[in-house]
Amino acid sequence: MKYSANSVWENKDEYDVAVIGAGHAGCEAALATARLGFRTVMFTVSVDSIALMPCNPNIGGSSKGHLVREVDALGGEMGKVIDRTFIQSKMLNKSKGPAVHSLRAQADKADYSRAMRQVLENQERLDIRQMEVTDILTEDGRVTGVQTYSGAVYRCRAVILCTGTYLKARCIYGDVSTYTGPNGLQSANYLTDSLKSLGIRMYRFKTGTPARIDRNSIDFSKMEEQKGDERVVPFSFTTDPEDVQIDQVSCWLTYTNEKTHEIIRSNLDRSPLFSGAIEGTGPRYCPSIEDKVVKFPDKDRHQVFIEPEGIHTTEMYVGGMSSSLPEDVQYAMYRSVPGLEHAKIVRNAYAIEYDCIDARQLKSTLEFKSVEGLFSGGQFNGSSGYEEAAAQGLIAGINAARKLQGKDGIIIDRSQGYIGVLIDDLVTKESHEPYRMMTSRAEYRLLLRQDNADLRLTKIGYEVGLIDEERYQRLLKKEQMIERETDRVNHTNIGTSEKVQEVLKSYGSTPLNSGTTLAELIRRPELSYDKLADIDENRPDLPYDVEEQVNINIKYDGYIRRQMRQVEQFKKLENKKIPDNIDYNQIKSLRIEAKQKLSQIRPASIGQASRISGVSPADVSVLLVHLK
Amino acid sequence: MKSDTIAAISTGMTNSGIGIVRISGAEAFDIAEKVYRGKDRITEAQSHTIHYGHIIDGPEIIDEVLVMVMRAPRTFTGEDTIEINCHGGTFVVKRVLETVLKNGARAAEPGEFTKRAFLNGKMDLSQAEAVIDVINSESEYALQSSISQLKGNIKNKINDIRNKIIYHTAFIETALDDPEHISVDGYGDTLKRVAEEITEELEALIRSADNGRVMKEGINTVIVGKPNAGKSSLLNVLSGHERAIVTDIEGTTRDILEEQIRLGEVSLNVIDTAGIRRTDDVVEKIGVDRALEYAQNADLIIYVADASKELDENDEKIMRLIQDKNTIILLNKSDLDTVISAEQMKERAGNIPVISVSAKEEQGIREFEDKIKEMFLKGDISFNDQIYITNVRQKNALEQALESMKKVIQSIEDGMPEDFYSIDLMDAYESLGSITGESVGEDLINEIFSKFCMGK
Repeated sequence: MKYSANSVWENKDEYDVAVIGAGHAGCEAALATARLGFRTVMFTVSVDSIALMPCNPNIGGSSKGHLVREVDALGGEMGKVIDRTFIQSKMLNKSKGPAVHSLRAQADKADYSRAMRQVLENQERLDIRQMEVTDILTEDGRVTGVQTYSGAVYRCRAVILCTGTYLKARCIYGDVSTYTGPNGLQSANYLTDSLKSLGIRMYRFKTGTPARIDRNSIDFSKMEEQKGDERVVPFSFTTDPEDVQIDQVSCWLTYTNEKTHEIIRSNLDRSPLFSGAIEGTGPRYCPSIEDKVVKFPDKDRHQVFIEPEGIHTTEMYVGGMSSSLPEDVQYAMYRSVPGLEHAKIVRNAYAIEYDCIDARQLKSTLEFKSVEGLFSGGQFNGSSGYEEAAAQGLIAGINAARKLQGKDGIIIDRSQGYIGVLIDDLVTKESHEPYRMMTSRAEYRLLLRQDNADLRLTKIGYEVGLIDEERYQRLLKKEQMIERETDRVNHTNIGTSEKVQEVLKSYGSTPLNSGTTLAELIRRPELSYDKLADIDENRPDLPYDVEEQVNINIKYDGYIRRQMRQVEQFKKLENKKIPDNIDYNQIKSLRIEAKQKLSQIRPASIGQASRISGVSPADVSVLLVHLK
Repeated sequence: MKSDTIAAISTGMTNSGIGIVRISGAEAFDIAEKVYRGKDRITEAQSHTIHYGHIIDGPEIIDEVLVMVMRAPRTFTGEDTIEINCHGGTFVVKRVLETVLKNGARAAEPGEFTKRAFLNGKMDLSQAEAVIDVINSESEYALQSSISQLKGNIKNKINDIRNKIIYHTAFIETALDDPEHISVDGYGDTLKRVAEEITEELEALIRSADNGRVMKEGINTVIVGKPNAGKSSLLNVLSGHERAIVTDIEGTTRDILEEQIRLGEVSLNVIDTAGIRRTDDVVEKIGVDRALEYAQNADLIIYVADASKELDENDEKIMRLIQDKNTIILLNKSDLDTVISAEQMKERAGNIPVISVSAKEEQGIREFEDKIKEMFLKGDISFNDQIYITNVRQKNALEQALESMKKVIQSIEDGMPEDFYSIDLMDAYESLGSITGESVGEDLINEIFSKFCMGK
């Protein structure tokens, strides 16, 4: 039962923005609106679950690391907090090209939550309120406030929905199911109906997490140790690299085997995934161990990463073995893995189902097309992952603030950042599973590197008001240094002196027949800007991050130019805006399927229209001509 | 990289013998400069001037041309535009276009010049609907002809190559997204072998595109003649293998047989018809009616007459049919005792070329081939230009795919990291998809999930 009529009252504290949810999306959203000058109230079902990491204990990873850096470059918080609370860090794909280098840190989960909560609590204009929101209040298609389970009404001008996996959440393993959010937390059971009554279409998605095992019960001698990098690179552009050179903890690698798979196979009929007890759609990219065994029967083993949940606890995360099998099967299955023979389970693995939206109801600003002032971000939008959530929360927060400022929303496009790819995919493409960021989704990834996120986005962060003057000036200076040095290297001639030939020889590089430029030498695969320091007499003393940009700009010049030309083409179509009031049914020459899809999604630009499945190049041509 | 500068043959593939290749876009002048040899420099030429010279492809001179240089915005499309006036007949116009495409232009999409003209404000609003109709009808036609003209085995081959490309790309991408579970180290060696294989396959496809085997492109040719005049034997000689059933019994060929024959640069879609004569046999009658119908619509008619028999009323009927058409008369069975000479035949038919041949002894065939080539190159005969243009577009797509695969190999040889391979692999995948009418969409993501096991 919700509140009774006589407990309805109006809370007279004045707020501009209400953020619903205090996960990774909610935190960034609330900080953004408060920092941009708006009185913000953030609702959570449990103050103890602020910035909770209910699944894997890491931040970053391939392409997700890019998102964290981009959030940081725009003035978000996630990068700063993980820099203070990580316990191990790695740069992934280091042997590959710079575009796919990606930071991944193991977090101390408790420290991370605590540190983020502290930031929120110390933020001016931001109040935290433990209470379930049950209704979104609107007048004439415009948000006017929210109402809570207790009956209280909070008036505000913008609402940001960041409910994560809590809407009508249900956790399941075997035939045990509880109507709770992650970690047994209270679910939010009323908001879905309020949203539906506003005409919002809902989906039901599913995800899962593995068991947590007591480290005292694990035999690490049977596993391979996985250490962090010797030299740690921070996430945040504001963190002093010296501050992150800490003593790191290790993770451990072991494998499943035929016995594990046999246990799983013989108990499949007891899995709610296969029996049909779970109706939600799960993600293909993070399959449960039972999914992997069924889908890839030829693989005789799967990797299992044992990762610490923090330094204040003995709980260990069993990466690679998420499951919703019954408890007894979980024991048998985990104990068949080398090193886990005597494993004591602290928390069971489980699958979780929850309500989320079809994000194609959103504009690229993350505001609902049908309800003015209603924004949303995170898993509620059909994504998965802490980083994806933070990125959307930040953009939703920025745009809610801009709406109240009477300004146009900020849209990061696909050529500017992974954030742009993420949001554009969510609001444009049909998806039936939680969406995860992947490097292969970014068509201009050579330009969207983690090393240049600041150069790509910090100016936008400054214009928005989340980046201060000092940081902005530092960026301008960095840009200038990169430009000057790139120019100098392009125009520095290298002769065929003995010293030059010696240096070339020492790196196994072919000696020069005639003079060339320094840039040409840097382009040789076996050489780099750094390696040629000795033969570059007039080289100025520059910070490492400047040298890194110069090296990449020169080394991959040809590829980078190619992508920049593609971006030019892309921008042309993005800049052709489609008016809000267009009636696709009136455009006779569009095919019926195109009319339907365009009417449903209502793309903001010709570019977005061209990415909708079911809209052909000929339809796009027709649109172009019609709009003229 | 797909250029934003487009090119196409802007005149119909008609008998005019003169054709114009139009290039439009920012790089139009640079591209023209690369293919043009003459006194003037195209890039420095004044707007709206005409320049005499030659179109060259490497060392080879393709045609003697007049190049018209028009600077934006006073052009049809509103962009920098080059028009190359060729006068070497349809085959040469096609070669000029191919050379332009090879040097950086992209084959224009259906209706694209008109579309650009419109978007650049060169037409008023009242013309919008008309423009849309052009785009729609041309797109539909192009797509239909593109796909239907593609022979089944070619389509399968292209799909096989696409499947290979997407598989290997997906593997690389899976490893990049999940480096702790899957390693792509040293994959360059494997990929290089695959890429070389694909390169060879693409080269073979391009060669067969040159030979006209990719598309059913060609001159629609109908062979007519009285029963047992030797039409089928002749077809067999030309195509180099037994196709039609050849017997001495009149009226053996009852179905319409279709065969594609390549004579040097010229390709014929030959329809062998049942002999034309009055018939009461119902089955054969259908064949005869169809033969007459085909003959009406053909680009070229080959009339096979029997030199060993007197001409009769059926021959008269055929000769009425072939008036005003592009026709070659073959006086067959020159190896037997002839009752009609080539001169007599020529007199009867009125100025139609006549060649004495013997299908049986394979005599006169060479002369016949030369005659067809001559007529084609002079522009006397031509064929369906839509199909022809589609083929140029498809060949262009194959060449783009080949170019991308060569870049993959180059990247591997240069020791570039694995993530660089994907860029060109996906470009090749996309180019090939444009031939079979398939877009990229979510193919890569789907392949990653269906073929490889990701972690977590």
